[in-house]
Amino acid sequence: MTQKTVLTILLLLAPELLFAAGTRLLYTMPHINETDRAAIQRGARVFINYCLTCHSAEYMRYKRIADDLGISEDIMKKNLMFASDKIHEGMVVAIEADDARRWFGVPPPDLSVVARARTREWLYNYFMTFYRDEKSPIGVNNATFPGTAMPNILWELQGWQDPVYETRVNAKGDQERVIVDMKLVEPGKQTAKEFKQTIRDLVTFMVYMAEPAELERHRLGFWVLAFLFVLLMISYALKHEYWRDVH
Amino acid sequence: MIDNVLSKVAVVPALLLAWLDRRFPVTRMWNEHLAHYYAPKNFNFWYFFGSLALVVLVIQIVTGIFLTMNYKPSAAEAFASVEFIMRDVNYGWLIRYMHSTGASAFFIVVYLHMFRGLMYGSYKQPRELLWILGMLIYMTLMAEAFLGYLLPWGQMSFWGAQVIVSLFEAMPFGIGAPLAEWIRGDFTISDATLNRFFAYHVIAVPLALLVLVAAHIIALHEVGSNNPDGIEIKEHKDENGVPLDSIPFHPYYTVKDIVGVLVFLILFFSVVFYAPEMGGWFLEHNNFIPADPLRTPEHIVPLWYFTPFYSILRAFTYPFLGVDAKLWGVLAMGASQLLFFFLPWLDRSPVRSIRYRGPYFRCALYSFALAFVVLGYLGVKSPTETDLFLFNNTVWAQIFTAVYFAFFLLMPWYTKMDKDENRPVPERVTG
Repeated sequence: MTQKTVLTILLLLAPELLFAAGTRLLYTMPHINETDRAAIQRGARVFINYCLTCHSAEYMRYKRIADDLGISEDIMKKNLMFASDKIHEGMVVAIEADDARRWFGVPPPDLSVVARARTREWLYNYFMTFYRDEKSPIGVNNATFPGTAMPNILWELQGWQDPVYETRVNAKGDQERVIVDMKLVEPGKQTAKEFKQTIRDLVTFMVYMAEPAELERHRLGFWVLAFLFVLLMISYALKHEYWRDVH
Repeated sequence: MIDNVLSKVAVVPALLLAWLDRRFPVTRMWNEHLAHYYAPKNFNFWYFFGSLALVVLVIQIVTGIFLTMNYKPSAAEAFASVEFIMRDVNYGWLIRYMHSTGASAFFIVVYLHMFRGLMYGSYKQPRELLWILGMLIYMTLMAEAFLGYLLPWGQMSFWGAQVIVSLFEAMPFGIGAPLAEWIRGDFTISDATLNRFFAYHVIAVPLALLVLVAAHIIALHEVGSNNPDGIEIKEHKDENGVPLDSIPFHPYYTVKDIVGVLVFLILFFSVVFYAPEMGGWFLEHNNFIPADPLRTPEHIVPLWYFTPFYSILRAFTYPFLGVDAKLWGVLAMGASQLLFFFLPWLDRSPVRSIRYRGPYFRCALYSFALAFVVLGYLGVKSPTETDLFLFNNTVWAQIFTAVYFAFFLLMPWYTKMDKDENRPVPERVTG
């Protein structure tokens, strides 16, 4: 009776518990496979070409990327290392914090663990929702992170978007204009479909970068749990045998 | 010849044990606490959580030792050293996740262990001291968790500590601010605070915890375990003085507890390997942003095991009797803990177990459990939003805070009112 009550309460709360940390985002995240090494590698290329010019990822060592993705040191150095030639180092940038503060108002944050701080859904939405905004000092704004100091660094791939507004009634009963979608007004080098794939790869890389151990975690977990299951069966048989004379 | 040698070798363990026994009570302790410790034979599901708490304690101590080898207790290096553990230390991620999951697991098993005590009246005479020692363990555990949470030096570490330490500032008579400053060792949470919290977390509090756990177990073995029927098994003994409804703890409960431990470990490692953040409940997202004293996060939320008390703290929004709201909140939060210590004397019922108690106590206990869960839920939510129905979160927190306190404060009355409703308590345990 009491056990059931407790379980029922927990089950009733379960959906709430899962979404407790969620914010309202424009797009649902397409599925990404955290262990897809090809996607991680494509994403690494995007990250290194576009993000690593201003943002560092100092806890992510080049060597670790090479090892985890099965890339040789030579290829790593030739194709993916522009900011440094020391493969055992983390991904640091040459930008000075003072310069960055002068140019952007804030120094660009280190991105090593940003996928864990912001969540992957947030990152995906952030990259997909840059739009032109005359009122913003940098000419662009972002629907996921209004007032962001970052320009749309991927504009040459994506092109330019304008927001699609809709008038809705909010919880207080007032009417407000909310952004419900983006529409492409000036195409970039990639089609919308290609760009979406680029962002998926980029997010996959950033998720990997936030926790490289995830590749190993899932694999090792299986064996640990399998071992515990076998042990559980043996120990249950032992208990059953001992308790024969109690019941 | 061979037989002769073998028979001589065979007595070596016995001789060794005899040698030891003359110098240290090995056999006596084994018998007193395991082989001849007679426990009721009707323990159910709820009786696994004591031994599980012990298992989690060992996990925390062992993983903690290994974490200490690479962690740097300094404001400049702490965050980076945790990432170093996660990336560059062999299996560092596993050790760290075991420790972070272990913290939440500790509270899960301890809360279930305490709920068991409430259900079966395990705090009632003659187990008052056992209950008090358990409550001291619980409070020490909360201190341990709070201190440890500062160490990763993320945004929630920093601001959580800032909020909790600033609670001491609510103390009246001008002692508040100096007290908070004394705790921090600085005017704000800083490197000095991190260093001292590290010292408390790895030495002082674990030592206190171990001593209290030892005392808790010694007290338990002195008075004997309660059971789901809440009756005294010592009242019916056989000719050797062994209670009829009992079985020796070892081997019966050792083999049974091993099964419980394995089920627990399967759940525990499922989280460690496949959901270490537990959707932000075991590792908060904001804590992956390094501590920044200049940027206050929008919502400062403690980890889930503190949120019921955080809700009680925030439920007090009006000054009353010349005392401001914050101090009321702090006092209420303190009282919400202290009242547990008085349970043995607040409960006036002659019956221990919920199985034979009347409707008032049952109703009160379920309401209390519900209040605890709802307050915990509201504690992670913004106080001004409406996440349930009808009222906003603060109003609901106030309602359930009232339910929480009513459970304790009205207990002397409702446990007496149950007098004629209690069901007959059996003489012997019921399976």
